[in-house]
Amino acid sequence: MKFTLSWLKEHLDTDEPLQALADKLTMIGLEVESIEDKAKQLSPFSIARVISAEPHPNADRLRVCMVDTGNGAAPVQVVCGAPNARAGLVSVFSPPGTFIPGKNITLGIGTIRGVESRGMLCSAAELQISDDHDGIMELPADAPVGHGYAQWAGLGDPVIEINLTPNRQDCTGVHGIARDLAAADMGKFRDPAIKPINGEFPCPVKVTVEDPALCPGFALRLVRGVRNGPSPEWLQKRLTSIGLRPINALVDITNFMTYDRARPLHVFDASKVKGNLTVRRAKNGETLKALDGRSYTLDPGICVIADDHGVESLAGIMGGEASGCGAGTTDVLIESALWNEINIAQTGRRLGINSDARYRFERGVDPAFMVPGLELATRLVMEMCGGTPSENVVVGNAFGDDRVIDFPLHEVKRLAGIEVPFPETRRILGHLGFMLAGSGPVVKVAVPSWRSDVHGKADIVEEIVRIIGLDRVPMTPFERGDDARKPVLTMIQTRTRRAKRALAARGMVEAVTWSFIAKPHAELFGGGQAELALANPIAADLSDMRPSLLPGLVAAVQANANRGTSDVALFEVGQVFRGDRPEDQFVAASGVRRGFASSQGIGRHWSGAAIADALDAKADAFAVLAAAGAPMPALQIVPGGAGWLHPGRSGTIQIGPQNVLGYFGELHPRTLERLGADGPLIGFEVILDRIPDARKKPTRAKPLLELSAFQPVSRDFAFIVDGTVKAGDIVRAAQGVDKKLITEVTVFDVYEGKGIDPGKKSVAIAVTMQPREKTLTDQEIDAVAARIVAEVTKKTGGALRA
Amino acid sequence: MTDLAQLESRILGDIAAAGDEAALEAVRVAALGKKGSISALLATLGKMSPEERKTHGAAINLAKDKVTQALAARRDVLKSAALDARLASETIDVTLPLRESPAEQGRIHPLSQVFEEVNVIFADMGFSIAEGPDIETDDYNFTKLNFPEGHPAREMHDTFFFNPKQDGSRMLLRTHTSPVQVRTMLGQKPPIRVVCPGRTYRIDSDATHTPQFHQVEGLVIDKGSHLGHLKWILHEFCKAFFEVDHINMRFRPSFFPFTEPSLEVDIQCRRGNGEIRFGEGEDWLEILGCGMVHPNVLRACGIDPDVYQGFAWGMGIDRIAMLKYGMSDLRQLFDSDVRWLNHYGFKPLDIPTLAGGLST
Repeated sequence: MKFTLSWLKEHLDTDEPLQALADKLTMIGLEVESIEDKAKQLSPFSIARVISAEPHPNADRLRVCMVDTGNGAAPVQVVCGAPNARAGLVSVFSPPGTFIPGKNITLGIGTIRGVESRGMLCSAAELQISDDHDGIMELPADAPVGHGYAQWAGLGDPVIEINLTPNRQDCTGVHGIARDLAAADMGKFRDPAIKPINGEFPCPVKVTVEDPALCPGFALRLVRGVRNGPSPEWLQKRLTSIGLRPINALVDITNFMTYDRARPLHVFDASKVKGNLTVRRAKNGETLKALDGRSYTLDPGICVIADDHGVESLAGIMGGEASGCGAGTTDVLIESALWNEINIAQTGRRLGINSDARYRFERGVDPAFMVPGLELATRLVMEMCGGTPSENVVVGNAFGDDRVIDFPLHEVKRLAGIEVPFPETRRILGHLGFMLAGSGPVVKVAVPSWRSDVHGKADIVEEIVRIIGLDRVPMTPFERGDDARKPVLTMIQTRTRRAKRALAARGMVEAVTWSFIAKPHAELFGGGQAELALANPIAADLSDMRPSLLPGLVAAVQANANRGTSDVALFEVGQVFRGDRPEDQFVAASGVRRGFASSQGIGRHWSGAAIADALDAKADAFAVLAAAGAPMPALQIVPGGAGWLHPGRSGTIQIGPQNVLGYFGELHPRTLERLGADGPLIGFEVILDRIPDARKKPTRAKPLLELSAFQPVSRDFAFIVDGTVKAGDIVRAAQGVDKKLITEVTVFDVYEGKGIDPGKKSVAIAVTMQPREKTLTDQEIDAVAARIVAEVTKKTGGALRA
Repeated sequence: MTDLAQLESRILGDIAAAGDEAALEAVRVAALGKKGSISALLATLGKMSPEERKTHGAAINLAKDKVTQALAARRDVLKSAALDARLASETIDVTLPLRESPAEQGRIHPLSQVFEEVNVIFADMGFSIAEGPDIETDDYNFTKLNFPEGHPAREMHDTFFFNPKQDGSRMLLRTHTSPVQVRTMLGQKPPIRVVCPGRTYRIDSDATHTPQFHQVEGLVIDKGSHLGHLKWILHEFCKAFFEVDHINMRFRPSFFPFTEPSLEVDIQCRRGNGEIRFGEGEDWLEILGCGMVHPNVLRACGIDPDVYQGFAWGMGIDRIAMLKYGMSDLRQLFDSDVRWLNHYGFKPLDIPTLAGGLST
């Protein structure tokens, strides 16, 4: 919403300076977005006369001008490229040091092709007052040389733009803004009564409203015998000052009423309207060429005003070209109506029309001002264009509903924490147009018709608090209470946080990728379901909710490789979607490593470096699981993973086949090809929600530590087994011999090659035995060792290495 | 000079001349070994008279002690020299560059860090943390929050929708974290004190808008909390979060469908040289919206607005993260460029705490 200071002062009697008014507007909820003060911005530009304009000695298109800048100063030499620079021309001059807004430069003393130039003669575009850059400005010969241009041209009226919240329809007009400022002690509100104009004959056009829900009220009047020329200068200036184009008096009046009184109107050329007017739903396929020159095809969702020709106007949004008012209009029908807000919003959105009328009607205009608005417009028409008015035709409700709120005065203290004395409350509400009855503790408050946003007690509190100023509300310490301090994170939040730190501690870098990915990529990871496809995606490759973090991470790794960083380890912990219900959303932890970004570190190094492999991904997954509190001894590793993984270089992490916690391994080359990424890449995915909850313990004490007095004994064994035998099976077989005595089994060597038959491998394990009651004898140790050999041999078909 | 004196002097000379431990051992054997020269002299004592033995014996033993001491001293010197010689040959290149430890190489995304910072501050004020799903119903995202059907306020949120279901309803991506408020109020009785961090979505894409972004929302419902408390909480939060001793805040009336009165909050700052300083300067920077929970919202969530009251606020995590840590382009948060992440990210051991500081 834009207006000028002088326009505001038509409605507000005030001596407050501009800045004070602007600050107050912001602090009462009418946030000032910008103040354009042309007079201030253009103060260095002055009116000057060209004394002489001679050809430039070194350039055909330039002229060397001597310029009289007034005030008896010596003529100034200016080099000018404008074709209209000529002796005698009165134009606009800017001295060196002036900021030229249209060029975004500060002028200096220049030498152009060897001739000194001490200033500039300016075009309108250079001053940003129009797009005209065809030459320097041509002012009337009697324009006062030496005077400030902006002041002379009437640009001294600052333009204020406020960022209006959608609830304040009443402030879509300058009148309403002035009322708010007056309530906030910034001046006296000018609100003279509007005198009705007696009609001199019955309005010959009848109005029928088919659906009052779409059009709660409709008022119409004919003015005969008008002369529709350009509107008076004051009105044209009002409109141009806020960027509107004056058209003709009748149209300008409607635009003025829209911005001045938040009352959009429409004017029909009565000679082009055939028969009576009907407000109805459009028929399927009806069309209208609107005032914006575009043709619209309509349907019954759209409310129109029609005559015997058909549709003449898109109700409350835009009139039709055919019945519009032009220079030849002599009889004018003025329409002032009320429209259904929701229907206006929907129609405007569907047709893509953002008109000033729509802006106001979809917020809900003051119903009680429908007829007074018509009277005021009639007066303006008669003043500017003459003519004889008919009587008004009024259909429907012209007053709106009466809202009276029972308002307990202590409600202000209850919600806002501040005591406002009753006289102040009464004064503020009174200035805003509310009527108060009673003196407490509960008063009756009647809401003015223009405040369609006020419905309840809390709204009244807001009115009072915003006008007294929120800075008056004292800050009140908020007691945290005497509840015990407990952890506030939920289990999944704790797991998320620990998973992130664990992965970062392994040298990985956390990425945050998009929640939506391309459908084919979602499908690769089990997604792409209909209920997870966006109806209005922002781009084709951001169309489906991600079933996994890996597509995003793979793309990110590839993008980094394309930028020249080829050894990358990225991870993400975030939401993934397997359906559209809350319980279908999970938190996944995933990571991808590329090139020399192994567990050892990122990049090649003299101390040794390795290409990241599937077991790095396993280590990442296990780091997440351990950090997130998974029961590590219960985890099972099953060879082979999800379909997006290399079948021979991947594994599944589970606690029984019913609870798969995640996968790790090398990404399948086919997956990478479809994702458009260069491999090999390794990755993992763990679903943090699937980790079983730890049993709740009554205290924080750790279990009792049992330290054995007897030395542990370690024995090494090497087995020759088939290449396909899993090391995990050997470990489990050895461990199973005596679960109490054998406390640890580690694999310390895996060897294939010289000395071992092809297809076989040697796996060496170290077994730790921890006696608890007495030191083991050699015989006892040998007996356990023999059972270990027997058990491993039996379970794996291998043999002890000779 | 007697023979003994000569012998002693010769042996001592040999000891001094021994160049290594092997040569020294040869001298020892030649002097004190079974067939050594001093051992041979000692063997002659048996044949002497007691008087002779007394004088000779003392002299020989004196010589033996001198030799033994000289041997030990020389051995220490030689051993030490040998160690020095060995160590002198054992050198490494200590200028070889180290590999940074993984804990130095890894990074936590600034958004994760800032989420933790926010949680730490509000946890200290007695708030718990609630979360809700990204895919929401129209009812929870709009209707229960007092956005009437077709109301222009809904247009303030450019919403991502899913395709309509058979019954005509359609899910959407939440446009704010406020549906978590609804879920909290429906699921728990007052008093309520929660903050709800999470990811939110709107159809928007330019330097200051991305289709996904993050918010943290706060909600207090009880029988006495009012705007004064809200102002205090936000003031305390801003000081703690931006880690400044004082901060000037401006509370402006505004409009949100789900609060009444509604406020927007600006903080005073000075911008320049690519950084922002808080608590000084001329600019006002909008950082959050808030207000008293609208009676219609309380009613929609089964809470009597004449008995209970409360307030809510919401702010952009991405925005406050960028303000605090001087990041200029929102889109880079989601670009996964490791150069950016290495620069703006945090090390895994930089854990925000109240005791140790949010950022150090």
